[in-house]
Amino acid sequence: MNLVRLRNFAAHKPVRVALFFLVFGFLVSFPFWASRYWVDVGFYVGLYALLGLGLNVILGEVGLFNLGHAAFWAIGAYTTAILNVRFGLPTLALLPISALVAAGCAWLVSSPIIHLRGDYLCIVTIALGEIVRLVLINNPGGLTGGPNGVVGIARPAFLGHVIRTPMDFYFLVWAVVAVCALALRQLQRSRIGRAWNYIREDEIAAESMGVDVRALKLLAFVLGAALAGLAGNIFAAKMRMVSPDSFTFMESCLMFCIVLLGGMGSVPGTIVGAALVVLFPEVFRPVAQYRLLFFGLALAATMYFRPGGLWPRRRAVEFLVERPGR
Amino acid sequence: MLTFVQQLLNGLTIGSFYAFVALGYSLIYAILKLINFAHGDLFGLGAYLGYTVFVYASGVVGRTLGLWGLLPMGFAAAALGTACAGLVIERVAYRPIYPIGRLPAVVSALGMAIFLSNFIMAVWGPRYLAYQESFIPTGFWQIGEFKIRVLQVLILVSSLVLLGVLYFVVERTTFGAAVRAVALDRETAALMGIDFLKVIRFAFAVGPALGAIAGVFVGMYYRQINFTMGWVYGLKAFTATILGGIGNIPGAMVGGILLGLLEALTAGYISAAWKDVFVFAALMLLLIFRPTGLLGEKVAEKV
Repeated sequence: MNLVRLRNFAAHKPVRVALFFLVFGFLVSFPFWASRYWVDVGFYVGLYALLGLGLNVILGEVGLFNLGHAAFWAIGAYTTAILNVRFGLPTLALLPISALVAAGCAWLVSSPIIHLRGDYLCIVTIALGEIVRLVLINNPGGLTGGPNGVVGIARPAFLGHVIRTPMDFYFLVWAVVAVCALALRQLQRSRIGRAWNYIREDEIAAESMGVDVRALKLLAFVLGAALAGLAGNIFAAKMRMVSPDSFTFMESCLMFCIVLLGGMGSVPGTIVGAALVVLFPEVFRPVAQYRLLFFGLALAATMYFRPGGLWPRRRAVEFLVERPGR
Repeated sequence: MLTFVQQLLNGLTIGSFYAFVALGYSLIYAILKLINFAHGDLFGLGAYLGYTVFVYASGVVGRTLGLWGLLPMGFAAAALGTACAGLVIERVAYRPIYPIGRLPAVVSALGMAIFLSNFIMAVWGPRYLAYQESFIPTGFWQIGEFKIRVLQVLILVSSLVLLGVLYFVVERTTFGAAVRAVALDRETAALMGIDFLKVIRFAFAVGPALGAIAGVFVGMYYRQINFTMGWVYGLKAFTATILGGIGNIPGAMVGGILLGLLEALTAGYISAAWKDVFVFAALMLLLIFRPTGLLGEKVAEKV
């Protein structure tokens, strides 16, 4: 029961503040002492954290099985790529536009399917992810460049400073993650966040209490897709090219695993999950050929030993009962 | 007319593959309410096991018993090996986890899928392997300009026979009644003295075995196999399962055949590059208007 004691210890306010600054200090100082390679790895942790946070809204908060989240990531990335390469719009300015386009597409496609439940929604989102990927490959109107994708995306510039090195991108992605994480924490505690959790726990009871289930589910989908759109923009800017290979079903599965590994509905958990999913193959690079083999086993083992995820969200009731020393 | 019939035949053949794999999904879903994401890769494993047996046995067995002695051996080995793999996965990765909840079980299933496809890659290598001429029935019948391959007939007949056997076992035998009871309500069935672990083991042995047979057939039909084939066919077969109505044996068959026909006809008449888009769009449309699939029964919402 050491874990419980550890958690109770971590619930003390001074401890929490100290922990926060420790993590914050680590993240800020990391690119100054780590090698470029590991800074790049840090960038990918941030990128997947952003994707995980988006899916966490849909899957973690509302409990909608979405196994096609890579579709919205792809839409964000291709929006950036096409608008930048064809129309010369600055890449960083496309950050909010990519989010909006992804959100708009999410609203369009999820409106007719949002009433589906559980596994049926799951298969439809899988189909959605595949449709988007196949459309990108098939190059409608010569817009998406087919299997080769779109190349030559301009580097983003912030107030005249061109974002180019791994360190620049590291700070860009983690700044976006920080803003989104804080916003999502606030949202969790709001009326909307509580209604989402109510839907997840018991949809019918929520509806009978006057919660607008449909509107709130749509909102979650749109918000989650918007975050994926942001990630798409940053990804496109970093890679300077986009191609359909990056947005496979496997990526959607990884995001799904990030949310469940971290703990459904837990913002810090999602970031931990992202770190795990990105770092695991890196740490196992010496046995490169077998690393995904172990990764598969690790997924199953984690679910066996910590079914609630690595950093499960504390429930409000739990806080009321056992929150010590405050 | 000729191309239409030819496309129809192709569609039926591809549809049989999907139906085979879909049966496994459906059986396991009916009993555990779990999408067994590893099922597609079990299908891939079957293709590789069959390949290995054919390669090593084609010398001795091929010479003494001929092709028709070799084939049953390959199929039996693939089916048995994959059934064992299915049982091990159930024991190791699902049984400890599914009492905890459905989402952890989904992650565990995804983990097993990743594990299996990489296991195949580690053992057999990442490159395409070719099923050789020597262990494929290559004969065909010519009727006018119309060509029927022996292999196609073999695939169609065996899918019908195996479906019939499975349907008979589940619908007409005492054990089948136990399977249906567990599918309806596991706890009540257990209280009635039904050994539900036995039923679960049945599903995890028969489903992957059918998948393995399909895997060997796919290898013979397309002449090449790859470690990623499990994802592709798994996804299509799962689509077929949903099309027909999940947890329903004839439904899986109908869904598979329909999907195959849809694919062959769109590939033949509209566009080969867009065929998968049509398939998935059809699935979405169907689910919007008929959320339980074509043959799925209306299930009362549990409150």
